[in-house]
Amino acid sequence: MKDIPVLRVVTKITIPIILLFAMYVQFHGDYGPGGGFQAGVIFAAAFILYGLVFGTSAVRQVVSPGILRLLTALGLLLFAGVGILTMLLGGDYLDYNTLGQDPLHGQHLGIFLVELGVGITVAAVMIIFFLAFAGRRD
Amino acid sequence: MEVLALYNYWVVIFLMMTGFYVVIASGNLVKKIIGINLFQASVFILYISMGKVSGGAAPILRETIQTYSNPLPHVLILTAIVVGVATTALGLALVVRIKEAYGTAEEDDIHRQDESL
Amino acid sequence: MTLAQLPALQVILPLIAAPLCLLLRSGRLAWLLSILVSATALIIAVLLLRLVLENGTVIYTYGGWAAPWGIEYRVDIANAFVLAIVTSISTVVLLFSRVGASWEIKSSEQSLFYTAYLLCLTGLLGMTVTGDAFNLFVFLEISSLSSYVLIAMGPDRRGLTAAYQYLIMGTIGATFILIAVGLLYMVTGTLNMADLANLLPALEQSRTVRVAFAFLTVGIGLKLAMFPLHLWLPNAYAYAPHVVSAFLAATATKVAVYVLVRFIYDVFGSSFAFDSMPLQSILVVLGAAAVLSGSTVAIFQHNIKRMLGYSSVAQIGYMILGISLASVSGLTATLVHLLNHALMKGGLFLALACMAFQLGGTRLVDLAGAGRRMPWTSAAFVVGGLSLIGVPLTAGFVSKWLLVVAVLEAGWWPVLIVIAVGSLLAVAYIWRVIEMIYFRSATNPDEHSEETHWSLLAPVWLLIVANVYFGLHTQWSVGVAQRAAQMLFGGPG
Repeated sequence: MKDIPVLRVVTKITIPIILLFAMYVQFHGDYGPGGGFQAGVIFAAAFILYGLVFGTSAVRQVVSPGILRLLTALGLLLFAGVGILTMLLGGDYLDYNTLGQDPLHGQHLGIFLVELGVGITVAAVMIIFFLAFAGRRD
Repeated sequence: MEVLALYNYWVVIFLMMTGFYVVIASGNLVKKIIGINLFQASVFILYISMGKVSGGAAPILRETIQTYSNPLPHVLILTAIVVGVATTALGLALVVRIKEAYGTAEEDDIHRQDESL
Repeated sequence: MTLAQLPALQVILPLIAAPLCLLLRSGRLAWLLSILVSATALIIAVLLLRLVLENGTVIYTYGGWAAPWGIEYRVDIANAFVLAIVTSISTVVLLFSRVGASWEIKSSEQSLFYTAYLLCLTGLLGMTVTGDAFNLFVFLEISSLSSYVLIAMGPDRRGLTAAYQYLIMGTIGATFILIAVGLLYMVTGTLNMADLANLLPALEQSRTVRVAFAFLTVGIGLKLAMFPLHLWLPNAYAYAPHVVSAFLAATATKVAVYVLVRFIYDVFGSSFAFDSMPLQSILVVLGAAAVLSGSTVAIFQHNIKRMLGYSSVAQIGYMILGISLASVSGLTATLVHLLNHALMKGGLFLALACMAFQLGGTRLVDLAGAGRRMPWTSAAFVVGGLSLIGVPLTAGFVSKWLLVVAVLEAGWWPVLIVIAVGSLLAVAYIWRVIEMIYFRSATNPDEHSEETHWSLLAPVWLLIVANVYFGLHTQWSVGVAQRAAQMLFGGPG
């Protein structure tokens, strides 16, 4: 589809907006509707759109399957690592209160890190899904 | 009128039975996955409609609002949706592998090939 | 980190190790990590069991949110017992799989295999340890999804269709459980199982609760392969990689049986389940049908893994019969059988795996003359088979004896006959294998295959010796199971 100029231009214009919106949903999740799951899917949607128009090999040039595999694991490890950290700091698993000097800061930091982990894993997994199914014809 | 007032349950039951029927009646493996999806979607609606509090606003803390809808079922079903996505992806991946191994995605053909062994 | 963190670590350790395995890429390193984690989990489970036996129920709240708002893990004697079973079987199977998995799984996929294995272990442990109904659903799906992957990894293409069939039925079962949890939340406003147990007795007449109970029983019935919902099981066990068959046969259905017991006796309460719902007659009929049909069909199987699969259906029937008695002695028999059946099926599947590697298949004809070619493995299979039949001095006898005593207590003579016939049928299908191993000469006598490597034999014999040990020393297994059963009936923890 990359031969159609309209599609090509529109895709290139919308992808940064999609990525920015994903960031907004990710980092505004503390205050409004949002969070890692939604943000991860929106973030991956930008890559999927890119793949639909320019082909899956173009997506592979941007993020190699090896990196995606790494990110999948890292996101989960970030999530679990925060939990282990709170345990080491003397709280229960995922007790964010222990992370900051006062509970409010702790909760903020904790939920931020955990949602970041979720976002990374979800985005990576969604792109892996897309590449695994759509990339079979290449 | 009481029957109509519970319309969300009718939607749930209709979707659930449609999905269930597709799973049982269809011989195509991809269609079965779609049936499973419909079946799960009905449960999503069951949960989401359960969280509605009449007159309640979206559960975002504001000073002017007194009644909120219950956000917990939504959170639960977000998890279930993620599980559903994973199930669908895995199911489709299996269908792709089955198609590669058997050359077909029809249940009857697969059974015939297995029996001839 | 103190002892108080153990319930969380039990689940978190394999959960963290799974993505690490994904990163390792080398199958050997992934195996090393898996076995370390599984052995640590075993130590944690043993510590928890000791802690619970001495001090009573251990409660762990996540993130400092007290129940019923937060998720809590609640370890009592019943689930500490199941935790110990699952972790010990998982460790033994991993000991076996250093060599065992490399036979069937490509070296490039081995780190993925161990990732899925650890996720499955996480799911099973989480289902057992959690005290939150929705959390249970999530862990159920984690274990189910990873077990579909594990089954599909087998070398036979029928493994793919078996995994697909299991996926469809397992998803329907899990969704039924989800519906039930939703309905319970609708009427009670809580997801915490202990809290539900407090609130449900007042709602005994509620139609929603009754519907929820029905959905839950059918949903869990699908996961534990209760007759007639067992159709996925024989194929899944037959075409999965051998180590996976051993692991799943010995753990997955056990955890599902535990979940059923937990819901019937603890959450809903036995008076609701057996007095206001007709559960007893349903379970007796289904249990008896499972014993008879599973054992009968097993006799006619040509593939021994499939035969063992059908035998599992029959053995689950015995557990269902024990549950249906609604008595402490019946429940004790079921819980003891969880352990004993895990030991015998794990041992049998692993022994069969050794034979399959050396002799080239798991069909009955492949095993001809195995007694001379692989004396130790064959002996292990025979002892495991005797335990499956329920011959005295083996673990299988203990649980069957307990079940018979419980049935006599209730005065259910027809059920006694079912158990006797089931055991005779077990003699028949095990004898077919023994005859083939010892009294037939190999189809190709020139072919000289030796005994399998000791590193494979050791885990097999570990399980087989455990079968004999728990057949002779019953104080521990029966004692713990009895205390667990009394606790589930509302006695002191």
